[in-house]
Amino acid sequence: MIVLLIYVAIFAGAYFLVKLLVHRGTRDFTARKTVTFGDESAVRPNRIASVVSVLSIFLLWGAFTGSAWVPGVLHAPGPFTGDAQFTYTATADGVDPDDATVTIRVFAAGTQSDPPPVDPGTGWARNDSDAIAAWRSGLVRVDRNDDLGRDAGHRVIAINGQLIAPGKEVLTDFGRIGMSPKGTLNVEPAKGWQMEPIWLPPPEAVVARMIDIARNGYRDSTLWEHLGWSLFRVVAGFFFGALAGIPLGYAMGLSDWFRGWFDPIVEFMRPVPPLALIPLVIIWAGIGETGKIILLFLAALWIMAIAARSGVSGVSISKVHAAYSLGASKAQIMRHVIIPNSLPDIFTGARVAMGVCWGTVVAAELVAAEKGAGMMIMVASKFQLTDIVIMGIILIGVIGFGIDMLMRAAERALVPWRGKG
Amino acid sequence: MSGLSIDRISMRFDLPNGSSVQALKDVSLDLAAGELLSVLGPSGCGKTTLLNIVAGFLAPTSGKIQMNGHAVTGPGAERGMVFQQGALFEWMDVRDNVSFGPRMAGKRERHWAEHVDHLLDVVGLRDFKAKAVYELSGGMQQRVALARCLANDPDVILMDEPLGALDALTREKMQSLVLKLWKETGKTVILITHSVEEALLLGERLLVMAPRPGRIHREYRLPFADLGVAEDLRAVKKHPDFARTREEILGMIWDMEEEIMGRTETTQ
Repeated sequence: MIVLLIYVAIFAGAYFLVKLLVHRGTRDFTARKTVTFGDESAVRPNRIASVVSVLSIFLLWGAFTGSAWVPGVLHAPGPFTGDAQFTYTATADGVDPDDATVTIRVFAAGTQSDPPPVDPGTGWARNDSDAIAAWRSGLVRVDRNDDLGRDAGHRVIAINGQLIAPGKEVLTDFGRIGMSPKGTLNVEPAKGWQMEPIWLPPPEAVVARMIDIARNGYRDSTLWEHLGWSLFRVVAGFFFGALAGIPLGYAMGLSDWFRGWFDPIVEFMRPVPPLALIPLVIIWAGIGETGKIILLFLAALWIMAIAARSGVSGVSISKVHAAYSLGASKAQIMRHVIIPNSLPDIFTGARVAMGVCWGTVVAAELVAAEKGAGMMIMVASKFQLTDIVIMGIILIGVIGFGIDMLMRAAERALVPWRGKG
Repeated sequence: MSGLSIDRISMRFDLPNGSSVQALKDVSLDLAAGELLSVLGPSGCGKTTLLNIVAGFLAPTSGKIQMNGHAVTGPGAERGMVFQQGALFEWMDVRDNVSFGPRMAGKRERHWAEHVDHLLDVVGLRDFKAKAVYELSGGMQQRVALARCLANDPDVILMDEPLGALDALTREKMQSLVLKLWKETGKTVILITHSVEEALLLGERLLVMAPRPGRIHREYRLPFADLGVAEDLRAVKKHPDFARTREEILGMIWDMEEEIMGRTETTQ
C-alpha cells in the first residue's frame, strides 16, 4: 500500500516536474493541434514518461531491497541490525523481584553470529544474551541461567519497567517483545519496510546471479542453453505449424470442400488454449522434445491456418478479376495476386503465433522439462531462489519482446504494401 | 466478324428470401471494332451487371454473347477491364503493374519493354515507373490501370466508372486522355458512367438504360467524342447540341427515378 502511494506520488510528481521543466517544441503539425483530448492520433507516448516509468520501477525495487545501486538516503527503512539491550524484571518464590539485562545481537540475513559475551551480573536473575538474524524473531529463555528456574516459580513480570503478561507485548526502541502463553519472551527486532532477499532480492543480486549462471550454468546447463532450448522449441514448433497451417489456410480459402471439411476442426481447435493440450501431449509423446514441439506445432497451426485463410478472403475481387482479364492463369493468380495479397495477414498471424508459442513453451517447461527457461525458474522457485526466478521472468519478457520486434521489422521490410491496398 | 455481339441476354438473381431480381432483360447490342460506347442509367439499371457479363465474370441466365465470333464463357485477355478503384497490385511497382499482362503471357522483357515504356510515356508516368503504386495519387493510379489494360493489347476495353472516384479537375484531364487513347489505339471501348456529361463526351454511341428490369431505354449516336479528339473538351461542352442532349437525357433519367419512387410508394 505504501509502495503504491509512493508510486502514484512519483507518477504525479514527475508529471508536474516534466511539464514545468520541459517545453516541447511546437515544430511539428501535431503540436499545433488545439484539440488533443479525444483526438487519438494526437496522443503520442511521452518518451520522458517512459524513461521515468522504467527508472522508477528500478528505483522502488532498489529502495525497498536496500540495493547498493540506490543511494542510501532513498532506501526505505531497513531491518534493525546491531546490538540492543532491554531489562526484565522477574519474580520467583520466596525472593524479591530482581532485574537483569538481555543483550540481543541482530545480525544481517545470510551471515552467522554468536551471542555476544555478557557479564552475568549480580542478583539471582542473571544477564542474558542471544543472537537473532534480521527479519527473524527468537524465543529467549531468560530463566535458563537464573538461580531460580521455572520450577521455583520464575516469572517475568516487566520489560524495561513496563508490565508484561502471557499473550501481551512491550514495544522497545529496537522492536517488539512479546510473551508466549507459557511465559517465554519472544524478541522480534523491527523489520523495517525493506523486503527480505528471499522474497525480493535487490537488483544487483539478480544481475550477479545472471552473470553467475551465464558462466557456471544452473542444473547442468548454462543460461544460454536454457534460453536456447526454449527458443529452439518455439522456432521448430512454429516452423512446422506454419508449414502445415499456411497451405491449409490457402486450401480453405480457395476450395469449398476444404473449407467445409476443416471448418469444424479449426473452429473447434482455435478456442482450445494450447496449455490445455499439455496433459494429453505428455501422455502421448512424453516430456521430451517431441512432445514440446508437437504442442507448439498445434499452438501455431490453427493461428497460421486462420491467418492464411483470412489473407485469401481479404483479396479484393476486383484485383482477381483484373488479373483474369489480363490473361493470368489460376496458378499465376495464386502466385502473383493471392499470395502477395495474403502476406500482411500471414505476418500478423506469425507474430501472434510466435507470441503464443513463446508463452506456451514456458508453460510447458514449467510442467516438465530438463532444460529451458521455464524449467529453470520452476526449479529455482522450489529452492526459493527468488533471484533466479526474477532473472528468468525478466529474460523471458525481454526475449518475447525481442521476438515481436524482429517480426515487426521483418514485416516492414518484406511487406511494405501492408494496409496500402 | 470482328466485334462484340450481345444477343437478347437476360440476368436474374435469385435472392435467399425466395424472391428474384431481374437485373437485365433481353438486352441486345452489336458493337463494331473501334466503336466507343458509353452506358448511362440510374442506379440499379444493370449496367455493371452487363459489363461483368461482357467481361465474362458472370454467366447470363439466357442469351448469347460473342466476341470476334466466339462465345464468351469466361474472362479473357482480349477483353481488358479498368475498374473504378484501379484494382492495382500494390506489391508491384508501376512498371510491373503495367507489364503484368505480357509477363503472364510468358513474353520476354525485350518483347514488351518498348511498348510498356511507350504507354508509360503516353499516360505521363515515365518518371514514376519504379514507384510503388500506393505512393501515387488517385488520378495517377487510374492512369496506371489504363496503361496496364492497354499493355495487354485487348480488343475491347471495358471501363466500370473508371473516373468516378476522381476530383473534377483530374477527371477532366483523364477524359481527354481516354479520348486520345481511343483515337490512337482504335480499340473498342465500353464505358459505364454515372455522369451524363462524361457519357456525352466519351460516347460515339450512348446507351441509356432503364431499371426494373434492366433494359436498353434509348440509344444515341453522338458527334462529341470525335469533336473532343480535335477540340478542347470545354469547347465541346459549350456546343448547343451538347447542352440540349444533356438536358434531354437528364430529364429522361429524372423521370425514371421518379417512376421508381412512385412505384415503391404505391407498393408500401
